[in-house]
Amino acid sequence: MKITLNNRKEEFDRDKMTVTEMLEIKKFTYRMRIIKINGRLIKKDEYDTAIIEEGDDVKMLYLMSGG
Amino acid sequence: MPSDMKFDEIKTHLSRFSIGIAGAGGLGSNCAVALARSGIGRLVIADNDIVEVGNLNRQFFFTAQTGMKKTEALKDNLHKVNPFTRVEAHYITLDKYNIPVIFRNCDIIIEAFDHSAMKVMLAESVISEWPGRPLIMGSGLAGYGDSNSLHEKKLSETLIICGDEKTEVSDDLPPMAPRVGIVANMQANAAIEILMKMKKA
Repeated sequence: MKITLNNRKEEFDRDKMTVTEMLEIKKFTYRMRIIKINGRLIKKDEYDTAIIEEGDDVKMLYLMSGG
Repeated sequence: MPSDMKFDEIKTHLSRFSIGIAGAGGLGSNCAVALARSGIGRLVIADNDIVEVGNLNRQFFFTAQTGMKKTEALKDNLHKVNPFTRVEAHYITLDKYNIPVIFRNCDIIIEAFDHSAMKVMLAESVISEWPGRPLIMGSGLAGYGDSNSLHEKKLSETLIICGDEKTEVSDDLPPMAPRVGIVANMQANAAIEILMKMKKA
């Protein structure tokens, strides 16, 4: 399936996946982040259940300490 | 950005809006000063910290203000910069319960925390409470040099991130005035750009 990840087209070798699966596939390990699917905020406790499908617009933002 | 408004009209337009700033440290204090100088009508600033000597390397405070609440010290400083910007200062630890109350009348919210966990908490609170409200985050500003790595990224029309998105503050990557100031001013600049397109009833 094809999705848009941070405004860039990405292809995955499956029909759907949870947020947790996407993080594992992409090896995104830094934990301080926010994720939105099609504009909807996905909180941490939804990572195992929120599904990403064909055509979805996924935005992920890393938040680094310092300010 | 070109605008069909003259400078006086720009300031009059900006004077109709309120901006919430979560944190009054390196990002928050410098961002607030830039916004006050630009003529923003009202700033709502929340912070739970005291001015310390170690803050003076990057935060908009003075030696005589050490020991003061950052919210009160910043309010004084902003008044000296522009007495026409109203400042509502809250000495409080922000959490998901009080954020919707404190920032309820703000047109834009600026995240200016130090710790990444607080940044996540604020983003989750603001996006769940007001999905369409512009939120301007800071992420990645540690160390010195490499100015070109600092950028503004629009994840959507209402979610903007300023910083390099990679450096994290540590012993060998301290937060220093130039890069912190650049990011703080980028956040202020992004806020003004949004407000210039916003209409106030």
